[in-house]
Amino acid sequence: MNQSRKVHPYIPNMVPEIRQAMMEAVGITEIEELYSEIPDHLRFKGDMNLPDPLPSEYLLRRHVEGILAKNETTKDNLSFLGAGCWPHHVPSVVDEIVNRAEFLTAYCGDTYSDLGKYQARFEFYSLMAELLNVDAVSEPIYDWGAAAGLSLRMAARITGRNEVLIPRMICPERLGVMKNLCQPEEMKTAVHIKTYEYDPETGLADLKDLESKLSDKVAAVYVETPNYAGVMEIKGDQIAALAAKHGAIAVAGVDPISLGVMASPADDGFKIICGDLQPLGVHMLCGGGQSGFIAFQDEEDYVAECPLAMYTILETQKEGEFAYAEVLAERTSYGTRDKGKDWVGTASGLWTIAAAVYLSLMGPQGMAEIGETILQNAAYARKQLETIEGVKTLFGPSFKEFLVNLDGTGKTVAQANTALKKKGIFGGKDLSNEYPELGQCALFCVTETHLREDIDKLINALKEVVA
Amino acid sequence: MSDVKLRDYQGAKWDEPIIMTLGSPGERGIIPPEADPVVVESVGTVDQLMPERIRRKTPPALPEMSQYHVLQHFLRLSQETMGMDLGMDIGEGTCTMKYSPKMHEELVRSDDYASLHPLQGEDTLQGILEIVYKFEQFLKEISGMHRFTFQPGGGSHATYTNACVMRKYHQSRGELNQRDEMITTMFSHPCDAATPATAGFKVITLMPDANGYPDLDALKAVVSERTAGIMFTNPEDTGIYNPRVAEYVKVVHDAGGLCFYDQANANGVMGYARAFDAGFDGCHFNLHKTFSSPHGCEGPAGGAYGVREFLAPFLPVPLVNFDGTKYTMDYDRPQSIGKVRSFMGNLECVLRAYAWVMSMGAEGLKTVAETAVLNNNYLDKLLMAIKGVDRPYAEGKRRMEQVRYTMEPLKEATGFGSEDIKRRMVDFGIQGYWLSHHPWVVPEPFTPEPCETYSKADCDYWAAAVAQSVKEAWESPSVIEEAPHRQPATKIKDHSVTEDPARWATTWRGYQKKYGKK
Repeated sequence: MNQSRKVHPYIPNMVPEIRQAMMEAVGITEIEELYSEIPDHLRFKGDMNLPDPLPSEYLLRRHVEGILAKNETTKDNLSFLGAGCWPHHVPSVVDEIVNRAEFLTAYCGDTYSDLGKYQARFEFYSLMAELLNVDAVSEPIYDWGAAAGLSLRMAARITGRNEVLIPRMICPERLGVMKNLCQPEEMKTAVHIKTYEYDPETGLADLKDLESKLSDKVAAVYVETPNYAGVMEIKGDQIAALAAKHGAIAVAGVDPISLGVMASPADDGFKIICGDLQPLGVHMLCGGGQSGFIAFQDEEDYVAECPLAMYTILETQKEGEFAYAEVLAERTSYGTRDKGKDWVGTASGLWTIAAAVYLSLMGPQGMAEIGETILQNAAYARKQLETIEGVKTLFGPSFKEFLVNLDGTGKTVAQANTALKKKGIFGGKDLSNEYPELGQCALFCVTETHLREDIDKLINALKEVVA
Repeated sequence: MSDVKLRDYQGAKWDEPIIMTLGSPGERGIIPPEADPVVVESVGTVDQLMPERIRRKTPPALPEMSQYHVLQHFLRLSQETMGMDLGMDIGEGTCTMKYSPKMHEELVRSDDYASLHPLQGEDTLQGILEIVYKFEQFLKEISGMHRFTFQPGGGSHATYTNACVMRKYHQSRGELNQRDEMITTMFSHPCDAATPATAGFKVITLMPDANGYPDLDALKAVVSERTAGIMFTNPEDTGIYNPRVAEYVKVVHDAGGLCFYDQANANGVMGYARAFDAGFDGCHFNLHKTFSSPHGCEGPAGGAYGVREFLAPFLPVPLVNFDGTKYTMDYDRPQSIGKVRSFMGNLECVLRAYAWVMSMGAEGLKTVAETAVLNNNYLDKLLMAIKGVDRPYAEGKRRMEQVRYTMEPLKEATGFGSEDIKRRMVDFGIQGYWLSHHPWVVPEPFTPEPCETYSKADCDYWAAAVAQSVKEAWESPSVIEEAPHRQPATKIKDHSVTEDPARWATTWRGYQKKYGKK
């Protein structure tokens, strides 16, 4: 390799003459002298066993593309997978904006260098506030599970209570995160999780069971709509009232893409609303596009107990000009370390910009239309599936996702999905181990991205598979 | 440095209205697909498909705008943002703002990654699982640890994961009731204190000794049968490498605690020192800092968390295994803490990090570390020549990849401190610098980190911008007082709004309500 090829494109100061000049300026003759503070016994003496490098961009690209080509994608196959990561159309303008170098590579600059970033974020809060019908929205966290867990911890601090009620029908990916945030029981600060049942006929919250578990020890009642099984909760008003009667905070988890057709849980009296931003303009990214949001009424005790950063709009010295600054910065862990509310750190900021662009493009009309299309496509899929002998769909009216039961076909979900895969179809998520009482059930997801032909293809394929 | 010509920079200013005020009723930004007429015929409309009570009656007051105008609005906002690609983020110490190769973005955006669903069968995810598995092997080499998870969605999330793993470990031994104290140090990131607190531990923070090292005698005094572990970094945010770190580890181990190495500051020691060799039980790396994944306005990020063999059973599920022919997702781990994040985390960060390490190789990683430390020591020479700037602690000891400086002398002489100078720095076309986490143990702090991305000329420029700003503090105070001058926002009028519920507004509708404006 000639000398010029040894200078890596990402490291300008590998140029020997420059390196030499810098070393002279620093007063060293060997780089080793820079490491004089690391004693011998802490030195790594071996060689890192890493592959030979590919400093050529082209060769590196071919190498990585070769590996990624081993994936089979939802573009090559017809997918009905959802369960926390959903297929939705991402408008080109969203991609154009989130891939802008300014946004993609910005970090923690303040309003004096990153005004546009702060304005875009403020617009995200503002747009979400309209969608959710609340006045305060925080920076996002890692995913819905983290948002739900932090919402419950918020409620525990606000009420001074340490018990929460959550549905037994809940995505295990989400529940696992919530459990880590609230438990284990041995910890003095644990927030105890109790579950309430779902109605086996409707899939909705079992209000009797919920009420029997409510007490003056309960900090929060958590409800999802649509829930894990895709069912739209129709008794949100009663649940919020029950919570309020016991001084508990009603917390709702929502799919934000449903809110053009579905009323916000805030209208039913829910005080904290959380969910995932991924449906609003973020690609599936193998699960790397999740982003948990938390929103609530603009009440001081709620803001004071929110662990995540929040920013206010404020005036500058120039009339009519705005800037942005953090609200009650002292309450976060950046302000007061372990005395702060939970913790704050780099999470999923870019997706606030994706969601802001998405909601701006969609407008009220677009959100209503997409909600209706999703309702219709999913209902059509349910209806057609019901025509297959032995196949049933479960529970009441659903949005986007629903449970398909194969007990009457004699096939397991695993068998059906394997057979569907051979026909280029990714079937729904197998729930037979998660909810054995529901039998051989799969969670299917149908969105605006599914054409009628796609649904018909599924129906015809499944007919053959279970025949 | 003397021949540096500071740019006559002017940040883009669009005076762009809040989007909630833009557009006109009826304008459309995008048309979602309509359901097929056969579908509509079969199932009806929203009225038939959703119970009336939960139907939205009032449309959300989102703007109604044409596609062009949405694009234009956000492009303008992007122009009012000083991304790392434009602005040279030498000032963002503790964050290792390095170049994020553009080719990686094309890989992330490709259908072969972007369109993957995380619940597809293993057989269909062999490509991404291979990346995950191989990158885990890379980090094992770099750290000496035995297993890694990439589920945490950021560095703080990785330290939180560590707190959960330590918790589970002590729980598995029946000692959790007793071991409820976590130790950290003041110059470690706030997350090393906050995340164990969230996990339920009582946190003990060691203050620095006279040389800036965490106080070893204080550590010996606080460890006991109640110690769950210690979570700290090295070099700490001061940039001072603690040569006695193994002694700290031993003190905690002798008390029955576990030791976690926060490696947010790893960029200067890769290939030179490993967490394993210093005796640590776990460590983490920030894939969005040390391994080149872009910061994306604070995420999505990747916290890679690794442990020794005996802690591996507690890692979140799934882990990725390889049997020689096939990559598999292992959920059958009964002692696992379960999940800290849905699915497998932000694998786009792993994908970029894999490509970055493949571009560097083992020697390249050492060169990265050496160059980062050389750059830092070079910049140090320039900054320490500026009157009003000082560097506390450990005189005569070499700093690693960053330094915490103080502008206290400047503050005392001129009344202007590090926040004032920061406000002026952005007028030279560079990002404002990072001060310090709170509390400010070092008064009037600032913490640059000129990692390997930056050229000698970049370091010269950055130091020249500090020198110019400091000079103005002495000679033309109004320039500092009124700064910034070349940015789209001028100085905030009244910062107390942030503490006042009657005046803060975190959304546009909140602002309208509180200020009575339409």
